[in-house]
Amino acid sequence: MNEEVALELQREHEATQKTVIGFWVYLMTDCVLFASLFAVYAVLHGNTFGGPSGRQLFRLPYVLVETFALLTSSFTCGLAMLAAQRRAKREVLFWLAVTFALGALFLGLELHEFAGLIHDGNSWRRSGFLSSYFTLVGTHGTHITFGLLWLAVLFGYVWKRGLTEGVRKRLTLFSLFWHFLDVIWIFIFTIVYLYGSIGI
Amino acid sequence: MKAVVAEHERSLTYGKYLGGFLSSVALTVCAYLLATHGSGKGLLEILLALLAVTQFVVQMVLFLHVREERWRLLAAGFMLGVVLILVVGSLWVMNNLNTRMTPQQVNQYLQSQDSL
Repeated sequence: MNEEVALELQREHEATQKTVIGFWVYLMTDCVLFASLFAVYAVLHGNTFGGPSGRQLFRLPYVLVETFALLTSSFTCGLAMLAAQRRAKREVLFWLAVTFALGALFLGLELHEFAGLIHDGNSWRRSGFLSSYFTLVGTHGTHITFGLLWLAVLFGYVWKRGLTEGVRKRLTLFSLFWHFLDVIWIFIFTIVYLYGSIGI
Repeated sequence: MKAVVAEHERSLTYGKYLGGFLSSVALTVCAYLLATHGSGKGLLEILLALLAVTQFVVQMVLFLHVREERWRLLAAGFMLGVVLILVVGSLWVMNNLNTRMTPQQVNQYLQSQDSL
Protein backbone atom coordinates (compact mmCIF):
# COMPACT_ATOMS: atom_id res chain seq x y z
CA MET A 1 0.00 0.00 0.00
CA ASN A 2 2.74 2.40 1.00
CA GLU A 3 4.61 1.51 -2.11
CA GLU A 4 1.59 2.38 -4.22
CA VAL A 5 1.25 5.76 -2.53
CA ALA A 6 4.94 6.42 -3.07
CA LEU A 7 4.62 5.47 -6.75
CA GLU A 8 1.57 7.70 -7.15
CA LEU A 9 3.48 10.61 -5.56
CA GLN A 10 6.41 9.93 -7.86
CA ARG A 11 4.12 10.05 -10.89
CA GLU A 12 2.52 13.32 -9.75
CA HIS A 13 5.97 14.72 -9.03
CA GLU A 14 7.07 14.02 -12.59
CA ALA A 15 3.83 15.44 -14.02
CA THR A 16 4.26 18.75 -12.13
CA GLN A 17 7.91 18.98 -13.10
CA LYS A 18 6.91 18.47 -16.75
CA THR A 19 4.23 21.17 -16.53
CA VAL A 20 6.65 23.71 -15.09
CA ILE A 21 9.35 22.85 -17.67
CA GLY A 22 6.80 23.11 -20.49
CA PHE A 23 5.58 26.47 -19.26
CA TRP A 24 9.13 27.76 -18.88
CA VAL A 25 9.90 26.72 -22.47
CA TYR A 26 6.76 28.58 -23.62
CA LEU A 27 8.00 31.71 -21.80
CA MET A 28 11.40 31.44 -23.51
CA THR A 29 9.75 31.18 -26.96
CA ASP A 30 7.61 34.19 -26.05
CA CYS A 31 10.88 36.03 -25.41
CA VAL A 32 11.89 35.24 -28.99
CA LEU A 33 8.55 36.67 -30.23
CA PHE A 34 9.22 39.89 -28.32
CA ALA A 35 12.82 39.96 -29.57
CA SER A 36 11.53 39.95 -33.18
CA LEU A 37 9.21 42.85 -32.40
CA PHE A 38 12.08 44.71 -30.68
CA ALA A 39 14.22 44.14 -33.78
CA VAL A 40 11.43 45.54 -35.99
CA TYR A 41 11.12 48.56 -33.70
CA ALA A 42 14.90 49.10 -33.69
CA VAL A 43 14.94 49.08 -37.50
CA LEU A 44 11.85 51.26 -38.01
CA HIS A 45 11.93 53.71 -35.09
CA GLY A 46 13.59 56.42 -37.17
CA ASN A 47 11.10 56.17 -40.05
CA THR A 48 8.62 58.82 -38.93
CA PHE A 49 7.53 59.77 -42.48
CA GLY A 50 7.43 63.45 -41.56
CA GLY A 51 5.32 62.68 -38.48
CA PRO A 52 6.24 63.09 -34.82
CA SER A 53 9.08 61.10 -33.25
CA GLY A 54 9.10 59.43 -29.83
CA ARG A 55 10.73 62.50 -28.35
CA GLN A 56 7.66 64.61 -29.19
CA LEU A 57 5.08 61.98 -28.24
CA PHE A 58 6.20 60.25 -25.04
CA ARG A 59 5.55 61.71 -21.61
CA LEU A 60 8.13 60.12 -19.33
CA PRO A 61 6.52 60.89 -15.92
CA TYR A 62 3.34 59.17 -17.14
CA VAL A 63 5.30 56.11 -18.29
CA LEU A 64 7.17 56.04 -14.96
CA VAL A 65 3.84 55.68 -13.12
CA GLU A 66 2.91 52.82 -15.49
CA THR A 67 6.27 51.17 -14.81
CA PHE A 68 5.86 51.38 -11.04
CA ALA A 69 2.31 50.00 -11.22
CA LEU A 70 3.56 46.92 -13.12
CA LEU A 71 6.69 46.48 -11.00
CA THR A 72 4.71 46.68 -7.75
CA SER A 73 2.15 44.19 -9.09
CA SER A 74 5.04 41.81 -9.85
CA PHE A 75 6.16 42.19 -6.23
CA THR A 76 2.65 41.65 -4.77
CA CYS A 77 2.32 38.56 -6.97
CA GLY A 78 5.45 37.29 -5.19
CA LEU A 79 3.85 38.10 -1.85
CA ALA A 80 0.81 36.01 -2.87
CA MET A 81 3.18 33.10 -3.60
CA LEU A 82 4.79 33.48 -0.16
CA ALA A 83 1.35 33.47 1.46
CA ALA A 84 0.44 30.33 -0.52
CA GLN A 85 3.57 28.71 0.90
CA ARG A 86 2.22 29.39 4.42
CA ARG A 87 -1.26 28.16 3.30
CA ALA A 88 -2.71 31.55 4.32
CA LYS A 89 -5.73 31.60 2.00
CA ARG A 90 -7.10 35.03 2.91
CA GLU A 91 -3.68 36.60 2.47
CA VAL A 92 -3.31 34.94 -0.93
CA LEU A 93 -6.70 36.32 -1.99
CA PHE A 94 -5.74 39.78 -0.71
CA TRP A 95 -2.42 39.92 -2.60
CA LEU A 96 -3.97 38.48 -5.76
CA ALA A 97 -6.61 41.24 -5.61
CA VAL A 98 -3.87 43.88 -5.17
CA THR A 99 -1.94 42.37 -8.10
CA PHE A 100 -5.09 42.48 -10.24
CA ALA A 101 -5.82 46.09 -9.29
CA LEU A 102 -2.27 47.23 -10.13
CA GLY A 103 -2.25 45.24 -13.38
CA ALA A 104 -5.60 46.78 -14.35
CA LEU A 105 -4.23 50.24 -13.47
CA PHE A 106 -1.25 49.60 -15.77
CA LEU A 107 -3.49 48.43 -18.60
CA GLY A 108 -5.85 51.40 -18.12
CA LEU A 109 -2.95 53.87 -18.26
CA GLU A 110 -1.58 52.20 -21.41
CA LEU A 111 -4.96 52.22 -23.17
CA HIS A 112 -5.43 55.87 -22.19
CA GLU A 113 -2.03 56.66 -23.72
CA PHE A 114 -2.96 54.78 -26.91
CA ALA A 115 -6.32 56.56 -27.10
CA GLY A 116 -4.58 59.95 -26.76
CA LEU A 117 -2.13 59.12 -29.56
CA ILE A 118 -4.88 57.90 -31.88
CA HIS A 119 -7.05 60.91 -31.08
CA ASP A 120 -4.21 63.24 -32.12
CA GLY A 121 -3.92 61.45 -35.46
CA ASN A 122 -0.83 59.48 -34.44
CA SER A 123 -2.19 55.97 -34.84
CA TRP A 124 -0.28 52.99 -36.32
CA ARG A 125 -1.25 54.24 -39.78
CA ARG A 126 0.81 57.44 -39.38
CA SER A 127 4.33 56.06 -39.90
CA GLY A 128 6.61 53.02 -39.74
CA PHE A 129 7.77 54.17 -36.33
CA LEU A 130 4.22 54.26 -34.94
CA SER A 131 3.29 50.91 -36.57
CA SER A 132 6.20 49.19 -34.85
CA TYR A 133 5.54 51.06 -31.59
CA PHE A 134 1.89 49.98 -31.43
CA THR A 135 2.79 46.40 -32.39
CA LEU A 136 5.49 46.04 -29.74
CA VAL A 137 3.76 47.79 -26.84
CA GLY A 138 0.34 46.47 -27.89
CA THR A 139 1.56 42.85 -27.88
CA HIS A 140 2.82 43.35 -24.33
CA GLY A 141 -0.54 44.91 -23.41
CA THR A 142 -2.38 41.93 -24.92
CA HIS A 143 -0.28 39.61 -22.75
CA ILE A 144 -1.21 41.70 -19.70
CA THR A 145 -4.91 41.49 -20.67
CA PHE A 146 -4.79 37.70 -20.84
CA GLY A 147 -2.77 37.63 -17.61
CA LEU A 148 -5.54 39.59 -15.88
CA LEU A 149 -8.19 37.15 -17.19
CA TRP A 150 -6.10 34.23 -15.93
CA LEU A 151 -5.65 35.98 -12.58
CA ALA A 152 -9.42 36.46 -12.21
CA VAL A 153 -9.98 32.73 -12.85
CA LEU A 154 -7.23 31.82 -10.36
CA PHE A 155 -8.84 34.07 -7.75
CA GLY A 156 -12.02 32.04 -8.15
CA TYR A 157 -10.07 28.76 -7.84
CA VAL A 158 -8.40 29.82 -4.59
CA TRP A 159 -11.71 31.16 -3.27
CA LYS A 160 -13.68 27.98 -4.09
CA ARG A 161 -11.15 25.16 -3.76
CA GLY A 162 -8.65 26.55 -1.30
CA LEU A 163 -4.90 26.09 -1.62
CA THR A 164 -4.81 22.51 -2.88
CA GLU A 165 -1.71 21.12 -4.64
CA GLY A 166 -3.30 21.72 -8.04
CA VAL A 167 -4.23 25.32 -7.27
CA ARG A 168 -0.74 26.04 -5.94
CA LYS A 169 0.76 24.61 -9.11
CA ARG A 170 -1.42 27.00 -11.16
CA LEU A 171 -0.36 29.88 -8.89
CA THR A 172 3.30 29.00 -9.56
CA LEU A 173 2.73 29.05 -13.34
CA PHE A 174 0.87 32.36 -13.16
CA SER A 175 3.61 33.97 -11.07
CA LEU A 176 6.19 32.93 -13.69
CA PHE A 177 4.04 34.50 -16.43
CA TRP A 178 3.50 37.75 -14.50
CA HIS A 179 7.16 38.21 -13.52
CA PHE A 180 8.11 37.48 -17.14
CA LEU A 181 5.87 40.30 -18.39
CA ASP A 182 7.60 42.70 -16.01
CA VAL A 183 10.98 41.57 -17.36
CA ILE A 184 9.82 42.39 -20.92
CA TRP A 185 8.60 45.80 -19.73
CA ILE A 186 12.13 46.71 -18.51
CA PHE A 187 13.24 46.67 -22.14
CA ILE A 188 10.15 48.46 -23.48
CA PHE A 189 10.68 51.18 -20.85
CA THR A 190 14.38 51.54 -21.72
CA ILE A 191 14.42 51.05 -25.49
CA VAL A 192 11.11 52.63 -26.49
CA TYR A 193 10.54 55.33 -23.89
CA LEU A 194 13.92 56.32 -22.39
CA TYR A 195 15.86 56.01 -25.68
CA GLY A 196 12.96 57.72 -27.47
CA SER A 197 12.99 60.67 -25.07
CA ILE A 198 16.72 61.32 -25.55
CA GLY A 199 16.31 61.04 -29.30
CA ILE A 200 18.13 57.79 -30.10
CA MET B 1 3.87 16.40 -6.58
CA LYS B 2 4.12 17.54 -2.97
CA ALA B 3 7.87 17.17 -3.14
CA VAL B 4 8.16 19.34 -6.26
CA VAL B 5 5.84 22.08 -5.08
CA ALA B 6 7.61 22.03 -1.71
CA GLU B 7 11.00 22.13 -3.45
CA HIS B 8 9.94 25.14 -5.47
CA GLU B 9 8.43 26.85 -2.47
CA ARG B 10 11.56 26.49 -0.38
CA SER B 11 13.33 28.76 -2.82
CA LEU B 12 10.78 31.51 -2.12
CA THR B 13 11.74 33.88 0.64
CA TYR B 14 10.50 37.30 1.61
CA GLY B 15 14.05 38.67 1.46
CA LYS B 16 14.47 37.71 -2.20
CA TYR B 17 11.22 39.37 -3.32
CA LEU B 18 11.83 42.51 -1.25
CA GLY B 19 15.44 42.71 -2.45
CA GLY B 20 14.36 42.23 -6.06
CA PHE B 21 11.62 44.86 -5.74
CA LEU B 22 13.76 47.51 -4.03
CA SER B 23 16.72 47.09 -6.39
CA SER B 24 14.38 47.20 -9.41
CA VAL B 25 12.84 50.44 -8.11
CA ALA B 26 16.31 51.92 -7.53
CA LEU B 27 17.51 50.89 -11.02
CA THR B 28 14.35 52.27 -12.67
CA VAL B 29 14.67 55.61 -10.85
CA CYS B 30 18.38 55.83 -11.78
CA ALA B 31 17.57 55.18 -15.46
CA TYR B 32 14.73 57.73 -15.37
CA LEU B 33 16.88 60.45 -13.81
CA LEU B 34 19.72 59.75 -16.24
CA ALA B 35 17.37 60.04 -19.23
CA THR B 36 15.75 63.26 -17.99
CA HIS B 37 18.81 65.04 -16.56
CA GLY B 38 21.83 63.42 -18.21
CA SER B 39 23.68 64.64 -21.28
CA GLY B 40 25.76 63.02 -23.99
CA LYS B 41 23.80 60.66 -26.23
CA GLY B 42 26.42 57.95 -26.73
CA LEU B 43 27.31 57.61 -23.04
CA LEU B 44 23.64 57.72 -21.98
CA GLU B 45 22.80 54.97 -24.47
CA ILE B 46 25.40 52.66 -22.93
CA LEU B 47 24.56 53.53 -19.31
CA LEU B 48 20.80 53.01 -19.85
CA ALA B 49 21.46 49.66 -21.56
CA LEU B 50 23.66 48.59 -18.63
CA LEU B 51 20.95 49.56 -16.11
CA ALA B 52 18.33 47.60 -18.09
CA VAL B 53 20.53 44.50 -18.30
CA THR B 54 21.27 44.72 -14.56
CA GLN B 55 17.56 44.91 -13.78
CA PHE B 56 16.95 41.99 -16.16
CA VAL B 57 19.47 39.85 -14.25
CA VAL B 58 18.08 40.95 -10.86
CA GLN B 59 14.51 40.00 -11.82
CA MET B 60 15.51 36.75 -13.55
CA VAL B 61 17.38 35.62 -10.41
CA LEU B 62 15.18 37.00 -7.62
CA PHE B 63 11.67 36.88 -9.20
CA LEU B 64 11.96 34.06 -11.77
CA HIS B 65 14.48 31.99 -9.72
CA VAL B 66 16.48 31.15 -12.81
CA ARG B 67 19.40 29.80 -10.76
CA GLU B 68 17.35 27.34 -8.68
CA GLU B 69 17.21 24.60 -11.30
CA ARG B 70 19.70 23.74 -14.00
CA TRP B 71 17.17 23.34 -16.83
CA ARG B 72 15.83 26.86 -16.27
CA LEU B 73 19.29 28.31 -16.73
CA LEU B 74 19.93 26.13 -19.79
CA ALA B 75 16.67 27.14 -21.50
CA ALA B 76 17.25 30.81 -20.63
CA GLY B 77 20.80 30.63 -21.99
CA PHE B 78 19.58 29.14 -25.26
CA MET B 79 16.86 31.82 -25.48
CA LEU B 80 19.47 34.57 -24.99
CA GLY B 81 21.54 33.06 -27.81
CA VAL B 82 18.59 33.01 -30.22
CA VAL B 83 17.55 36.54 -29.20
CA LEU B 84 21.07 37.90 -29.76
CA ILE B 85 21.34 36.30 -33.22
CA LEU B 86 17.88 37.62 -34.13
CA VAL B 87 18.34 41.21 -32.92
CA VAL B 88 21.99 41.76 -33.84
CA GLY B 89 21.50 39.99 -37.18
CA SER B 90 18.43 42.06 -38.10
CA LEU B 91 20.12 45.33 -37.20
CA TRP B 92 23.26 44.37 -39.09
CA VAL B 93 21.44 43.39 -42.28
CA MET B 94 19.09 46.38 -42.24
CA ASN B 95 21.96 48.78 -41.56
CA ASN B 96 23.85 47.34 -44.49
CA LEU B 97 20.84 47.78 -46.73
CA ASN B 98 20.39 51.34 -45.54
CA THR B 99 23.97 52.36 -46.24
CA ARG B 100 24.14 50.58 -49.60
CA MET B 101 20.83 51.90 -50.91
CA THR B 102 20.43 55.68 -50.82
CA PRO B 103 17.01 57.34 -51.30
CA GLN B 104 18.17 58.59 -54.73
CA GLN B 105 18.89 55.05 -55.83
CA VAL B 106 15.45 53.95 -54.65
CA ASN B 107 13.82 56.81 -56.62
CA GLN B 108 15.86 55.98 -59.72
CA TYR B 109 14.79 52.37 -59.45
CA LEU B 110 11.13 53.28 -59.05
CA GLN B 111 11.28 55.65 -62.04
CA SER B 112 12.94 52.99 -64.20
CA GLN B 113 10.12 50.62 -63.27
CA ASP B 114 7.52 53.27 -64.21
CA SER B 115 8.94 53.80 -67.69
CA LEU B 116 8.72 50.13 -68.51
